[in-house]
Amino acid sequence: MFVARSIAADHKDLIHDVSYDFHGRRMATCSSDQSVKVWDKSENGEWHCTASWKTHSGSVWRVTWAHPEFGQVLASCSFDRTAAVWEEIVGESNDKQRGLSHWIKRTTLVDSRTSVTDVKFAPKHMGLMLTTCSADGVVRIYEAPDVMNLSQWSLQHEISCKLSCSCISWNPSSSRAHPAMFAVGSDDSNVTYGGKVQIYEYNENTRKYAKAETLMTVTDAVHDIAFAPNLGRSFHVLAIATKDVRIFKLVPMRKESTSTGPTKFEVQIVAQFDNHNSQVWRVSWNITSTLLASSGDDGCVRLWKANYMDNWKCTGILKGDGSPLTGSSVRTDNLQCLTLTGTAAAH
Amino acid sequence: MEEVDVEPAVTNIPAASSGTHLGFAWGPGDILVYETLYKASGTGSGDIHEVRKDEDIYSPILRKLFNESHHIFVGLQTIREDLPSKNKKPQFVSISKNYRSVIRACMEELQQVAVSTKVAEVAMQYGNQVSILLAIELIWNLCEVLFIDAAPAGSLLLHLLDWVRLHKADVDEKAREVLQSESPAEHRDYWDVVVSYVLQGRLEEARQMLVKQATLQPAARKMYKQMDTLLSKMPFYNPGGTQTLTEFDVKWRHWHEEVDRCLQDNSFASNKHLELICKILVGDEDTLLEHKDLLSTWYHFLVTRLLFCHPTVKPTELHYYAQSCLTMFLDSRSVPEPLDSILLAAFEFDIHQVIKDCSIALNNWWFVAHLTDLLDHCKLLQSHNLHFGSNLREFLLLEYASGLFTHHSLWQLAVDYFDHCPEFGRVYLELQIERVPLDTERKALKVLRICEQRQMSEQVRSICKIMAMRALRNNRLGSALSWSIRAKDAAFATLISERFLQDYCARGTFSDLDLIDNLGPAMLLSDRLTFLGKYREFHKLYGEKRFREASKLLLSLMTAKIAPRSFWMTLLTDALPLLEQKEVIFSADQTHELMFCLEELMSSLNTTTAGTDRPMQDEDIEVTKVELLRLALARNLAMAIVKEGTVEA
Repeated sequence: MFVARSIAADHKDLIHDVSYDFHGRRMATCSSDQSVKVWDKSENGEWHCTASWKTHSGSVWRVTWAHPEFGQVLASCSFDRTAAVWEEIVGESNDKQRGLSHWIKRTTLVDSRTSVTDVKFAPKHMGLMLTTCSADGVVRIYEAPDVMNLSQWSLQHEISCKLSCSCISWNPSSSRAHPAMFAVGSDDSNVTYGGKVQIYEYNENTRKYAKAETLMTVTDAVHDIAFAPNLGRSFHVLAIATKDVRIFKLVPMRKESTSTGPTKFEVQIVAQFDNHNSQVWRVSWNITSTLLASSGDDGCVRLWKANYMDNWKCTGILKGDGSPLTGSSVRTDNLQCLTLTGTAAAH
Repeated sequence: MEEVDVEPAVTNIPAASSGTHLGFAWGPGDILVYETLYKASGTGSGDIHEVRKDEDIYSPILRKLFNESHHIFVGLQTIREDLPSKNKKPQFVSISKNYRSVIRACMEELQQVAVSTKVAEVAMQYGNQVSILLAIELIWNLCEVLFIDAAPAGSLLLHLLDWVRLHKADVDEKAREVLQSESPAEHRDYWDVVVSYVLQGRLEEARQMLVKQATLQPAARKMYKQMDTLLSKMPFYNPGGTQTLTEFDVKWRHWHEEVDRCLQDNSFASNKHLELICKILVGDEDTLLEHKDLLSTWYHFLVTRLLFCHPTVKPTELHYYAQSCLTMFLDSRSVPEPLDSILLAAFEFDIHQVIKDCSIALNNWWFVAHLTDLLDHCKLLQSHNLHFGSNLREFLLLEYASGLFTHHSLWQLAVDYFDHCPEFGRVYLELQIERVPLDTERKALKVLRICEQRQMSEQVRSICKIMAMRALRNNRLGSALSWSIRAKDAAFATLISERFLQDYCARGTFSDLDLIDNLGPAMLLSDRLTFLGKYREFHKLYGEKRFREASKLLLSLMTAKIAPRSFWMTLLTDALPLLEQKEVIFSADQTHELMFCLEELMSSLNTTTAGTDRPMQDEDIEVTKVELLRLALARNLAMAIVKEGTVEA
């Protein structure tokens, strides 16, 4: 692998999250400088900042895009205890020529009493739904019933997880074979409080989310969590960033026809890697769920891949080479043709 | 089969190496990496780095390789399954040769650029690619000989000879140089050429070269004649001939003994070159090894050794020779390279190991994907009793095709590959085709066509919805409407129809008339859309002065409840000019119905608008309108009654 391009982000403080939009043509960055920036990728592959605005009165932890079926919509969450929804307004023609766009706030969600640690949109087949989780241990699910009016959001569910929450992940599968589900991770560091990952499932009868599973083997603080894209499997795959990288397989057990409770799962650990040798802070799957990336305290990003025998291995490491913060270095594109280097020997 | 642990490659990012974390975000063909600190604020913002795999899909020349091999791949998939394997072998061999010629063509083009460019870095990179393609073709060719053609003893050696000759082009170059010189027999490379010919079993050419030397040394004519005879009498197996392998073997042994006798007799002792050739002919290992520089590779050594020691070698015996030749050829200093292991695995008929080693050594899945696919069609993976035989093929094809999908035009090739992966191809395609950026309408339509052909209805709906939303945001109502219709999204169609109607109320005209006029059965998607279509029809009829039909339609819009209540006032106002025509258009019954509608509207308005704050002028206008309507209706009723009651004279 190689660095194809470097983009000067120009945030005045640490970047906490970078998020690609669905088609990979735009990205959003958010920072401790309380602002969000939106970047557009031009035809020749260069990134241009088309919007930059102050979003919160505290560090912005995460930023995420809604599915393009709902238009150009962003959500952000912050230390200032709020989450916000933003929509792009098609501007005047001279704005477009200057390559600028405007984003306006559609709503602020102020229900949390503590820092909002994660914000995620639910899978699109569920409509326009936004989920937040906070340090106060509450997961909130909001819905915008009218997609054309993004200023109206109603709090549909408020779920108390009893432990401080750090991350949420929805199961992206839209299969009718199972109800909607999401996983919550807690960064509570007290190991006596039991499992730090909880799985919640929607119940059609009660119209509520109920806890289906707690991963009791995960006792250390969890910093990130990610369901893998489904690919037609009957089981679910969940990656967890805790003191190591863990991949779990959740196999739904067949329900008796009389059972009305949540699905029971058989939980198997597929892989566990402690190569980071330290806390792992982020995990994320690529689009086809064939690669998992993790980022740890050792300052590295590691890439994990399963071969056709389902054996997981580390296939790449990205690490800082010790060069100082450059601030502004936009390197030109490498030569068109790239070498077929032997990965075994490359350094 | 054990997994050799290969150390993961490390990629350096221009960022601090300690005291920070590296954040990341997955993108379509890359991963973005940036410095950050989780759970803290800090100072300083760095760069965001776009990290990509060293992939060749961005190379324009290799793109031809992908395109043409795609063509061959699709053709291979459509070979009929019901023919017995026996008949299909020539076809498979032919396909294998096609793949190889595509590789060679690509190699030649790359070579040309590498040679002609003035930029050193480019030359080096292209040069590297050429050598990798050379290795790929070498491996593929060997796989074709051993696995696909599966030549039996006798033919096997001949094929291996061809294989070696094909990959040792420098002999011909040298020969050309020598022959073009003034006195070839005295050229310093002369004997190298002769010996190289012999090593490759090209005895006819060796003889022709030797003739030149013979003429220069009349005194040694007898010796040269003897050598010439030996060379001409070396038996080569003829697979198409009537001679059996055993008969050939006997004949060969006789010849071998004769050569040996010449050595024992010291027939060539006075000429070191001829003596050398004689030793080669008898298959003396040490002599062969003394000419490593001419052989240049251990597999050349292997084939030469087999040629002169064991030309009837069986496929199952190859690996023993291969291993020992490799060991003998490499001195204690050199280590086998990845290519050597791959070739060795091939000689051991360990197809699986070949594929695995190639996957590790190359970072592009092109080679392993296509080769494995071909081997799978030859039923070679299954014969190795691997339960994941076909899964391996799919796994590799899916990897390859997924890699193509991130390219702005090659993604279309990937579709065919997914189509031929029965287990996961469809779901991979569904997942990835949604992510193709819909830059233009044309591209969106292209993507849609692919989804529609495969009945991927959810993807069709989603793509249309995205396009509809985009059009709506940019106020292109017509485009938004046609996309919603295509998405079969009734709710959205309703929304857009409302906008159209609002536009009409505001401006008095319709935009995008073409679209609305040609809705056809799509009109039925949503009530509002139906109303929009029918309302426009009313206007058309009115414009064509087909008043009777227009009025009938207008009335039905209200009585059949197609029109939303909010629009009734507009419709009734539209009825006014019809009521005020000189000729009676609305019948008495129809007029009654209109009056009924008006009253219905008025009563519902009174209940709903009581208490709403409406400006005085609006109220006045409304009241006037209603009064006008009532008057016109009454007048029309009167005229209609009279007309209908009159007996035509």
